[in-house]
Amino acid sequence: MNMPTAGLTDTFVNGIDLSVDFAGIKAPNPFWLASAPPTDKAYNVVRAYEAGWGGVVWKTLGEDPAAVNVSSRYSAHFGRNREVLGFNNIELITDRSLEINLREITAVKKAWPDRALIVSIMVPCEEAAWKHILPLVEATGADGIELNLGCPHGMPERGMGAAVGQNPDLIEKVTRWCKQYYSKPVIVKLTPNITDIRAPARAALRGGADAVSLINTINSITSLDLDAMVARPTVGSQSTHGGYCGSAVKPIAMNMVAEIARDAPTRDLPISGIGGISNWRDAAEFVALGAGSVQVCTAAMLHGFRIVEEMKDGLSRWMAEKGYRTIADFTGKAIPNTTDWKHLDMNFQTIAHIDQDKCIECGRCYIACEDTSHQSIAKRVDAGGARRYEVIEEECVGCNLCQITCPVQDCITMVPQETGKPYMSWEEDPRNPFRKLSAADPAAL
Amino acid sequence: MTHYLDHLPRVGDTPGATPRALADNFSDLHPPLTERQAIIESQRCLYCYDAPCIEACPSDIDIPRFIRQIGEDNINGAVHTILEQNILGGSCARVCPTEILCEQSCVRNHDAECQPVLIGLLQRHATDNMRFEEHPFQRAADSGRRVAVVGAGPAGLACAHRLAMFGHQVTLFEAEAKPGGLNEYGIARYKMTDDFARREVEFLLGIGGIEIRHGWRLGDNLSLEQLRGEYDSVFLGLGLGASRRLGLTGEDAPGLMPAVAYIKALRQAEDLVDLPLARRCVVIGAGNTAIDMATQMARLGAEEVTLVYRRGVESMSATGHEQAIAKANGVRMMTWARPVEVLLDGKGRVAGMRFEKTREEGGRLVGTGETLDIEADGVFKAIGQGFDATSLADPLAAQLARDGERIQVDGNFRTSLPRVYAGGDCVAPGQDLTVQAVQHGKLAAHAIHRALMAQQEAA
Repeated sequence: MNMPTAGLTDTFVNGIDLSVDFAGIKAPNPFWLASAPPTDKAYNVVRAYEAGWGGVVWKTLGEDPAAVNVSSRYSAHFGRNREVLGFNNIELITDRSLEINLREITAVKKAWPDRALIVSIMVPCEEAAWKHILPLVEATGADGIELNLGCPHGMPERGMGAAVGQNPDLIEKVTRWCKQYYSKPVIVKLTPNITDIRAPARAALRGGADAVSLINTINSITSLDLDAMVARPTVGSQSTHGGYCGSAVKPIAMNMVAEIARDAPTRDLPISGIGGISNWRDAAEFVALGAGSVQVCTAAMLHGFRIVEEMKDGLSRWMAEKGYRTIADFTGKAIPNTTDWKHLDMNFQTIAHIDQDKCIECGRCYIACEDTSHQSIAKRVDAGGARRYEVIEEECVGCNLCQITCPVQDCITMVPQETGKPYMSWEEDPRNPFRKLSAADPAAL
Repeated sequence: MTHYLDHLPRVGDTPGATPRALADNFSDLHPPLTERQAIIESQRCLYCYDAPCIEACPSDIDIPRFIRQIGEDNINGAVHTILEQNILGGSCARVCPTEILCEQSCVRNHDAECQPVLIGLLQRHATDNMRFEEHPFQRAADSGRRVAVVGAGPAGLACAHRLAMFGHQVTLFEAEAKPGGLNEYGIARYKMTDDFARREVEFLLGIGGIEIRHGWRLGDNLSLEQLRGEYDSVFLGLGLGASRRLGLTGEDAPGLMPAVAYIKALRQAEDLVDLPLARRCVVIGAGNTAIDMATQMARLGAEEVTLVYRRGVESMSATGHEQAIAKANGVRMMTWARPVEVLLDGKGRVAGMRFEKTREEGGRLVGTGETLDIEADGVFKAIGQGFDATSLADPLAAQLARDGERIQVDGNFRTSLPRVYAGGDCVAPGQDLTVQAVQHGKLAAHAIHRALMAQQEAA
């Protein structure tokens, strides 16, 4: 289905166009592989293209001599049924020579001209270093570069990766060098190991970045070997913190993407969303929060490149159902509805409703509400011993907890109530002690 | 006890009845879960609050808790949760009719939820894999009190263990050569394999403070009067040792015997090939013993096994699950027919059974007059167990108030005789389940303990 033919687009549903133009980088679909082990060399990248990935960010290049990795590199945060919730690595950037990487990149781009090929780069924070490497990368014919300013382990100890990404001034400076010595799009990859993601994004913009991508991995220790009293992954008798990724980081990544998409200075800055994207729905959510493309790593590492087939198919069918013809049609569509707490409607009221026909009488809603929430569910036992759980509507605050703990789909629904009251933000709310100082009463400011 | 069948061929005479083939036929009916399967199954448990499965468990095991412990790789914790309520949790995991108890009430036993959590198999997984360096329950300081427990079946064993926990000295009197009662002698061999029953009792006795004496039978060489004199309290866990009779001529002819007697021989057989085998069998009855008997005969190599019951399928006390096991083993079920005559051959040995068709009229079972004969060289009666008359030969036991034929007890398992308690199958009302016998024994121990402590305070 996905042969290396120039101009071929991914069509799963007639009329649905998955192709993207991301900051000037064109790709047949928004599913790219993030800079990581799966994109380490031509062999993997070609397999990825064959599987149908729209783009690849080649694993980070650095100065020679190449990095050297340790043995035992990954660890995971497992769910109760051994599903991988989160993944952690202590690998460094490419451990192959710059020359080999550049040669392979050139060949692969030539053979797969329709796919996006972006080169991730990390060199010391000195102008000369960037000035040296950028023309070499430009000569490969790759579509753009991504600055790895986020690697949280190993490289920061050498003054690179997150050591740069945590300092907005350095981000701006490095970005500017890149724009100076490289003619194609420059994407700045951001680290989440900071307090406010907007600061590095604004710095990248000031430096002239064409786009940002986020998130890089989060500092993490996933688990311990409690017999040996050492964290995983274990290198001999020791361990070190790694970078966390996989499904577990998706909520953190989505918030950061939304923060940048909502921030006035960076509102129009293209974002490549990264962080725990495992299926089409995850991708759609990132796009709805403003991402113009998405990057995947952990899901591919756990299941192989074939996962992209369902991602493209599922996304296409959902788009068709919703009437979106292109990715751009719904990019950022959820941003207007993503706001600050103070703008939420204080008069909105929703109440839990339990569908008694679907209820299997497990009692989880009851004990969750009774022990930890608002004691708003009553338990009744009929003569035959059947349990019946009923919402005490006047006590229910609409917190969603019962719906979350209910194991049956659609058994508990949250029903918005007709209060007859108009929209009222906290700034307008008479219960707000600082109301006079807020927008509700500009005169008082 | 199988001398009634001495004239029949042996199991080993059948071509193909090799020890290995037979071993396969009598291996675990429901193989244990692997660790991986147990983890996956444990995740299906919804950890219900006030869980219906706990309410359905006659021995009050906190099922969601032990399943969660399995899921957290805390097997010893899971076992402790099980055994603190049911010290015979290992055998109950194998023999409980979970399909009418915990698993029936599981909230996932619901069309939309596929199937109930496999609680019985999870309980077995836990109890099979416990790794205690010493007995997990500790005895309280010696109370100086002595309690006699008569019968080392599930009720007696559970009672003895709990009394030992309370610090009392227990002497357990058992008529048979081995402890365990029905677990040792009465459960189908493929439900409780190898020497599990023995090992479980050994584990139970590990608490200490329990002396077990074999060869003592109430009404024979054991007197209730004497026990009351020598011990502070007595618990009777006598079971139901007598097989009901058909009340027909020829009932003692070679070829006809109680199913429980054959099952006992089958469970104790070192080598199954030496057992007598009826090629054509008739099993009369509709309880789990009848099913066990019919199924085991089929697995031993019988060519034709017919289970005959005087009423309809819906009245059978064997569960649907049990009936399905029998059918899967080729057992033919015949309902609405009652035995009227033992058919004998020229040598006075069983040659078959004559049945009369029945029907219900105004709630009463009546014969239709129509008869039919089933040829058989072995007929096994499994029409229920009764109170063993010999235990009543004891002059004091004979005075026990009765409820029907069973011993009458109050809510604290007290009989009509002071300081004498009873539980398990020998009391009414009873479901005749191992798990219920365990519960009786446990609760009776609590009642005995309370009474002994009250005495101490009074003194």
